[in-house]
Amino acid sequence: MAAPHAARLTKWLIAGPPLAFLLAFFLLPSLIMALASLRYPGEFGGLAPLAARAGEESGLTLENYALFFGDWVYAQIFAKSLGIAALTTLACLVMAYPLAMLIARSPKKRRDFMVLLVILPFASNFLVRVYAWMIILGPLDLLFTRFAVVVGMVYVHLPFMILPLYTNLEKHDPDLLDAAEDLGANAWHSFWRVTFPPSLPGVFSGAALVFIPVLGMFAIPEMLGGKDDWMVGNMIKEAFLGTRDWPFGSMLSLMLTLAVLLIAGAAALYARKGAPHA
Amino acid sequence: MPLLELRNITRRFGALTAIDKVSLSIEAGEFFTLLGPSGCGKTTLLRMIAGFDAPDAGSIWLDGRDLADQPPERRPVHTVFQSYALFPHMSVTRNVAFPLEMAKKRPDEIAARVKQALAEVHLEDKGASFPHELSGGQKQRVALARALVNRPRLLLLDEPLGALDAKLREQMEIELISLQRDVGITFVFVTHAQPEALALSHRIAVMRDGRVEQMDAPSRVYGFPANRFVADFIGNCTMLPVSVIEAGAHGLRLASGALGEIAAPPAERARSGQSGVLALRPEQVHIMAANAAHELKNHFAGRVRDFLYIGDVTTYVVELENGLRIEALLANSAPGRARFFEVDEPVKVAWRHDAGIFLSD
Amino acid sequence: MPESRWLWLPSLAVYAFLYVPLAIVVLFSFNDSRLSAEWVGFTLDWYRKLAADDAMLAAARNSVLIALAASLIATVLGTMAGIAMHRYRIGGLAFMVLTPVAMPEILLGVSLLVFFIQVLNLTLGLVSVLVAHITFCIGFVAIIVRARLAGMDESLFEAARDLGATPWQEFRLVTLPLILPAVTAGALMSFTLSIDDFVITFFTAGVGVSTLPLQIFTMIKVAVTPEVNAVSTLLMLVTLSLIVLASRVAPDALKGRA
Repeated sequence: MAAPHAARLTKWLIAGPPLAFLLAFFLLPSLIMALASLRYPGEFGGLAPLAARAGEESGLTLENYALFFGDWVYAQIFAKSLGIAALTTLACLVMAYPLAMLIARSPKKRRDFMVLLVILPFASNFLVRVYAWMIILGPLDLLFTRFAVVVGMVYVHLPFMILPLYTNLEKHDPDLLDAAEDLGANAWHSFWRVTFPPSLPGVFSGAALVFIPVLGMFAIPEMLGGKDDWMVGNMIKEAFLGTRDWPFGSMLSLMLTLAVLLIAGAAALYARKGAPHA
Repeated sequence: MPLLELRNITRRFGALTAIDKVSLSIEAGEFFTLLGPSGCGKTTLLRMIAGFDAPDAGSIWLDGRDLADQPPERRPVHTVFQSYALFPHMSVTRNVAFPLEMAKKRPDEIAARVKQALAEVHLEDKGASFPHELSGGQKQRVALARALVNRPRLLLLDEPLGALDAKLREQMEIELISLQRDVGITFVFVTHAQPEALALSHRIAVMRDGRVEQMDAPSRVYGFPANRFVADFIGNCTMLPVSVIEAGAHGLRLASGALGEIAAPPAERARSGQSGVLALRPEQVHIMAANAAHELKNHFAGRVRDFLYIGDVTTYVVELENGLRIEALLANSAPGRARFFEVDEPVKVAWRHDAGIFLSD
Repeated sequence: MPESRWLWLPSLAVYAFLYVPLAIVVLFSFNDSRLSAEWVGFTLDWYRKLAADDAMLAAARNSVLIALAASLIATVLGTMAGIAMHRYRIGGLAFMVLTPVAMPEILLGVSLLVFFIQVLNLTLGLVSVLVAHITFCIGFVAIIVRARLAGMDESLFEAARDLGATPWQEFRLVTLPLILPAVTAGALMSFTLSIDDFVITFFTAGVGVSTLPLQIFTMIKVAVTPEVNAVSTLLMLVTLSLIVLASRVAPDALKGRA
C-alpha cells in the first residue's frame, strides 16, 4: 500500500493498546504462573524467593510435578473431572439437539424469539442458577450428590450447546430430508444419515463450549456436591486460598491448561475436517 | 504529455505474476478501457492507480509526477466501485458532498456543486433519499456523481455496469458517453464485456494474463486484431486453418486444404509457407442460395448446420465440404421471418478477396 | 415437512427445564417463610431486609462501579482489537484476545492473583477486579465487532479513502457509525458479564472488597435466607433488561458466537 509508514503507524495505533493490555494482564501472568509451578512454597504461603537464601527453600524445583505424577489421588481427581465433563457434554447434547432442530426449522420470526428464550435464563446470575437447584434438590434428598453436580453443570451450560447446534442446523438444506423420505428412509434413518453427519461441526463447537468450562468449575461442586465430588477446580482453589501452596496450585493450573489446549486443539482440527460435509 | 503513464509495472502475488511489465499511457479527455477475461489483471492495475495496491516494480505517473508513496486520499483520482460503495448511513446529498467535505470546501460551494452533480446524472430530486431506497441504476448514478463532483484528474470505473440488466446497461452506456464528453474528465474503465468496451471507448487495451495484447481504437481492435486471442475475445470469429502460398503487397494467396485457394488481404509479416488461421467475422461472410449469382472471389458450397436468431440478424452455422464450420450473418429484412435458410439446406458462402485477416501461429 | 411431536415434546421439556428453577427462585423471594420449602404467604419482607443490608448495598455499588468502568474500557480496547483482527495479520493477537474467553475462568483468576501479589505487590481490591474483568471482556467485544466487520462491504472503507478521507477520518465518518450497533451490543454484554462474574472476581477481590455475586455466594454458604432469592430476582431483572436491549440493538451479534 502506498505511504507504508503511515499505514504501519495506523496499524500499531489500533492494535497496540489492546495488545499491550493483554500482554501485561494475560500473557505475562500466565508465564509467571508457569514459572511459579517450578518454585517452592513460601514460609507463610505464596511463593518462596527465587534467589538462594540460607535457611529457606528457594530456587526452582520439579517437586510439584513429582507430587502430581507420584500420587494416585491427583490423577483420580483429574479423571473424575474429565468424566463429569464428558457426562455433562453428552447430557447437554441429547437435550439440546431436539430443541436446536426445532428452532432451525421454525419460520424466521419465531426462530429469533425462540433463540431469545434460550438466552434469557442466561440473564440470571450463575450462582442463582445453581442456588435454584439447591432449593429443588434439597427436599428431594439429592443435594450434595454427584447427580446434583451434573444437573447443575448441565443447567448452567445448556445454552452453550443449543446455540452452536442451531446455528449449524439452520444452514441445512431442507430438501435433503424430503429426498431421503422420497427414497424410503424412515425418520430415524433420515436423522442419522442425513441430518446428523453435517451437523457434526456444530456438535463439536457446542461440545467444546461445554466441556472446557465444566472441566475448570469449582463453584458447582462446592455448592451442590459432597467432599467426594471434588474436581480439579476445587483442588486449585484449595491450593491457592486454603493451604496457600501456590506452586502446587500453579502446577495444577498448568495441567488443566494443557488438558484444555489438547481438547480445544482436537475440536478445532475436527471442525476444519468436518467442514466439507456442511 | 500524457495524463497517466504506467511504466513497466510488475505485480506478483506469491508465485503468480498478476501484472507483467505493463506500460501504457492515457491521454487527457480519453475514455480508455482495460478489457480482458477474469484474472487478466485489469482490476489489479486499477487498484494500483487508485493507490490501494503498489507495484513491485515500475512506476505510475500522473501529470508528470510519480504517484509512489501517495496514499489514496492524496491522489486526484476517484473510483466508481463495482458494488457502488455508497455510504448506507448517509443520504444521497451527503454521499455526493463527501469528497468536497474532505477537500474542506465552503458549505455554500459544497451545496451548489452537489446540486450540479446530481443534475448531471439526472437525480436532482433524490437528494434526501438513502442508498437502500434507490434502484441499481440510481445507485450507480449517485456513485458517478460522487466521484465526479470535485472534478478529479482521472475517474476509474471498476465494472460498474455488471449488476444492471441489459436494457438499463445500454441506457447507462449512452449516459456514460455523454457524461464523459460533457465533463471532459479522463475515464479509465475496466470490464470483461467486450461489446461495452467497443461501444464506450476511445481506446481499448486488451489484456490477458497480466499483459497487454493489443492497445488501439475499438474499430482497429475489432477489424485488425493483433493475434488469435484478441480476434477470438472481441466479437465472433471463424478461424479457418490456412497456410500461405504467396505473400505480396496486393494480397495473400492462402491454401486451406480441401477447400482450395483463398484470397486474403495483405498481412505485413506473412511469409510463404507460414501456417496460421484466417479470421473471418460473420458479417463479412455472405450466405446465399446454392446456385445464386455473385461476384465474390472466395466462395464455397456447404450445408446449413444450425442458426441463431437474434431478432435483427440471424447467424448461420454452415458446414463446408471439408467438414469446417463457418459462421455467416444475415440481416432479417423481412419482419416475422426467422430465417431464410433451413437446416440441411445446401447453400453457398462467399466473401470478398480483402475480407478476413491472416494471423500466424 | 411437519414438525413432529418428537421435536416439540423434548423441546418444551427443555424450555421448562430452563425456566422452572428460576421461577421457583423468584416465587420464593415473596414467600413469607424462612424455610423455602413450602409456600406460606406473600411478603415483601425479604426485599425490605435487602434494602437495609449495608453489606449488600456496598457490594451492589461496587458491582455497578466496576461494571461501568470495565465495560467502558473493554469496549474501547475490544473494538480496537476487533478492527485489528479483521484488517491486519498480527501474529498472536487473535490468540491473546480470544483465549481469555475460551479458557476456564479459574485459570485467569489464579494467574492474575499470583501476578498482582507476587509481581506488582498490589493489595487486592477494586482495581485488581477491574483489571481482571477488562481482560476477559475485551474478547467478547472483539468477537462481536469483528463479526460485524466481516459482514460488511470492504469497498465502503476504500471508497472513503479514495474520495479523500485520511485513515482517521475514514474511521470516524464511515467505520465507526457502521459498527456502532456491534460496539453497543459489546458494551452491554461486557456490563452484563462484569456484573454477573463470580469465579474471576472470587480470586482477585481479596478481603476488603465484595461484589454482588461474591455477597450472594457468602450468603448461600453461611446462612441461606430468602434474602438470596430477593437479590437474585432483582439481579435477574437488571441483566434481563440489558440482554433484551442488546438483542434489539444488534440482533445478529449475539447469535453467531461459535
